[in-house]
Amino acid sequence: MLLNVENLRVSYGNIKALHGISFNIDAGEIVTIIGANGAGKSTTLRAVSRMVPVETGSVMTCMGKDLLKFPADKVVSQLGITHVPEGRRLFGNLTVMENLQLATFARKDRDNVKKDYLRVFEIFPRLEERKSQASGTLSGGEQQMLAIGRAFMSGRRLMLLDEPSMGLSPLLMMNVFQALKEINRQEGTAILLVEQNARLALKFSKKGYVLENGNLVLEGASETLINDPEVKKAYLGG
Amino acid sequence: MTVNFLMQNLINALQWGSFYALIALGYSMVYSILMLFNFAHGDIFMVGAYIGLGVSLGLLSLFGSGAAAVLPGWVVLVLTILISMFLTAFVGIIVERVGYRPLREAPRASAAITGLMIGIILETANILFLGGSRLKFPQLIESVTYNIGGVYVTNKKIMIVLVSIGLMLALHQLITRTKWGMAMRAMAYDYVVVPLVGVPMNTIAAMTFAIGSALAAAAGILFGLAYPVLDPYMGVSFGWKAFVAAILGGRGSIMGACIAGFMLGFIEIMTVPAIQIMNRLFSLNIGSNFRDLIAYSIVLLILIFRPHGLFGQAYSAKLRL
Ligand SMILES: Nc1ncnc2c1ncn2[C@@H]1O[C@H](COP(=O)(O)OP(=O)(O)OP(=O)(O)O)[C@@H](O)[C@H]1O
Ligand SMILES: [Mg+2]
Repeated sequence: MLLNVENLRVSYGNIKALHGISFNIDAGEIVTIIGANGAGKSTTLRAVSRMVPVETGSVMTCMGKDLLKFPADKVVSQLGITHVPEGRRLFGNLTVMENLQLATFARKDRDNVKKDYLRVFEIFPRLEERKSQASGTLSGGEQQMLAIGRAFMSGRRLMLLDEPSMGLSPLLMMNVFQALKEINRQEGTAILLVEQNARLALKFSKKGYVLENGNLVLEGASETLINDPEVKKAYLGG
Repeated sequence: MTVNFLMQNLINALQWGSFYALIALGYSMVYSILMLFNFAHGDIFMVGAYIGLGVSLGLLSLFGSGAAAVLPGWVVLVLTILISMFLTAFVGIIVERVGYRPLREAPRASAAITGLMIGIILETANILFLGGSRLKFPQLIESVTYNIGGVYVTNKKIMIVLVSIGLMLALHQLITRTKWGMAMRAMAYDYVVVPLVGVPMNTIAAMTFAIGSALAAAAGILFGLAYPVLDPYMGVSFGWKAFVAAILGGRGSIMGACIAGFMLGFIEIMTVPAIQIMNRLFSLNIGSNFRDLIAYSIVLLILIFRPHGLFGQAYSAKLRL
């Protein structure tokens, strides 16, 4: 098992966002968590990437190592868990290339880094054309590509994706998801995808969880979930 | 009122501006990445000057001085600057680690007060350990005065301005050309996300304090060469004035801090001849002790018209993730 999460509880002050959820991801697996606004999807990803403190009793392990012993930057550089956050959060004052370079800050394997830039440009040729453009001036779709490329450069054991489809045209969305599939297949990168677009997420993934008000209420093979009457009614528009 | 007289003042303005700019950089760099002003920075400048004093005395006793000198004075000076910058960098690192890091999530006012406290601690420690008397900074190089067409320039003034500009250019290279600089720029834009790309945020913060403190140490030593008397409170008024330069340049703007530092030196120094001209033209009798009052009123006016400073940037909302 790549990532194992048990009894994960997170609060923001008095607001309880996660009430003790458990889930797991196998190496190379694509898993999705679907849920309504405010269900706690982003919070789940933030907890795994160690960007929010978790409450005592929460257990998170990555390949048997205690994830809670790693600060956020080491989760990326030592465990290879990367987080593509909601709203992309690129460094808009840096160029496309600099955003990618920065993601290799802690890497020592220089030769591989060079190859990885080429891989990113192969997957997203658009980014190569725009290499020296300030990333703040990229279109929404290009920004999403760069956000994924940046994550790719910093590690590739597990990629946490927070609503990558947001604000993308259907065509671009297809492009992005195809690229993600390719990364998953070629690099064996596991993906934890969080989406409001439940249909897309369930089609893309192998296993799915349904999050409601900070509780995981349903889990199963994505094919099964997509045909589940409750899921259909609540998340797939009938 | 001759052109020579103005040139003379211009050179002095460049020298003062160098001190302000070097110190202002420390305020701006820290602000740009952590959105807090390190109010202990003026006292780090003081500590840097004293470290410079200790280092130079140490080097002089090691390598001899005067006729018995093994090393030429300028070598001792360069060594003093480099060693003191290095040592003062650690003072900055400790201040960040002990004073600011525990308060990263605390209200900004707490961090500001911490800075003032650390400043007081540094001043008091100095008085305790060194007795509070004013100390003389050794003149490592012999003063030579050049007469260039009636304008008198000393080798020290030229050196001070050149070293300062050299350090600024080096900083520029570091920020634009290295991965450390890139991380600082990224942190200035959105520091919350920096760990998400595997960059150790605390290391970058510590490094920023280190660089700012090293520059302040350089300013302290250069100041000691020009005005060879050090006292424990020298960092207070200098610190506040350099802080004004940092605000004038635009909060968090590196280039702004440099330009505004020189500008502030210029306004301060040039106020005196301006007062003299006014006195003569309008038969007034304004004393030159009005200098700071007038100079800082001008700064206030500039800020009224440009509240974000000269190069202030509106970006960076620094949201949480
Ligand atoms: N920084 C914060 N401070 C306080 N409460 C927060 C914070 N971030 C999230 N919350 C609360 O935690 C709960 C879960 O939020 P979260 O962002 O994880 O939801 P989400 O499932 O990602 O929603 P969306 O689909 O709208 O992005 C919500 O009730 C939200 O209001
Ligand atoms: Mg969300």
